[in-house]
Amino acid sequence: MPPRASPLPFQSLNAIIYAHFMPINKSKICVVIPAYNEGGAIGNVLLSLKKDGYKNIIVVDDGSHDNTYSTANAFDIKVIRHNLNRGLGGALGTGIEMAIRTSEEGTIIVTFDADGQHAVSDIEKVALPIYQKKADVVIGSRLKNRTGMPWYRVLMNIFGNIATYTLFRIWCSDTQSGLRAFSLESSKKLHIRSNRMEVSSEIIREIKRLDLKMIEVPIKAIYTDYSLSKGQSLFTGIKTFFRLLLHRLMH
Amino acid sequence: MRLREGEINKMQFVFWFAVWFLVGVVGYWPGVTQNLADFLGIDRGIDSVVYVSIVILFYLVYRAYVKIERLEQDITKVVREEAINEFSSKNAKD
Repeated sequence: MPPRASPLPFQSLNAIIYAHFMPINKSKICVVIPAYNEGGAIGNVLLSLKKDGYKNIIVVDDGSHDNTYSTANAFDIKVIRHNLNRGLGGALGTGIEMAIRTSEEGTIIVTFDADGQHAVSDIEKVALPIYQKKADVVIGSRLKNRTGMPWYRVLMNIFGNIATYTLFRIWCSDTQSGLRAFSLESSKKLHIRSNRMEVSSEIIREIKRLDLKMIEVPIKAIYTDYSLSKGQSLFTGIKTFFRLLLHRLMH
Repeated sequence: MRLREGEINKMQFVFWFAVWFLVGVVGYWPGVTQNLADFLGIDRGIDSVVYVSIVILFYLVYRAYVKIERLEQDITKVVREEAINEFSSKNAKD
């Protein structure tokens, strides 16, 4: 049987108990947000994060042409700007690198999307197993709770999962998820080389290579017209698959 | 001539010299392709040249792709360093 990422039993109850009696110290969570031309959405995302008490935020502006940088800079957070667009992988790599440099021991690094697809309340959900030292990496899975996900997205996601399994021999129910949590030690070990969207699958591959303990947690996906327009097209998906194949052959 | 000018390095010179040499050989003596075809079990001489060329081209494209990918990664490293340095110097100012 292939190694399976198993969900914690009684997850929601566990999360609720912790949230009420032993809430995670939010300054111990570093939120990394890669952004490319998300000027419209990122303001709201940062507002809700701030409202929920997250102060340790790193936004990586991947060479946007719009007002992403200035919008993010208006908040009291760290904003880094790439002078050339490198892609999701490049931005994530920079964000995580910055997070590692500025984080103290025990920090949990959480990647979060800038387009408003993720719910701020899910950050605690993915950070919890790491806080409890039950996992090194947590991936938020939208497929465990498919309500609202358009059928073609589900299909593409499943293809992505199959491709990831075929190439890297690890099964994850939402390989393309942007909501992930890492312990500081795991982040230091990760070696992210991908530039573009194949980074999601590469992270899964790194988890397997480094033998990190991964757990999946169900999360909400907020589908507005805006966030749907930001998704991957089938063509992009195919290109991503071939890039992954190239990586597999190269390394 | 270009070797002397240092425009292409030694390995490339050998490669292209070999290519032109083969072109000359086949051009002067087309019969030689039939030997290759018989050896590979293909009907016509010039067919075998086409097939072999295609295989070589696939290989060259693969090598080119790998090179491009490495370049992309290198560019990202530079952009990342620049971005982080810019951030640090901006923060150091205030």
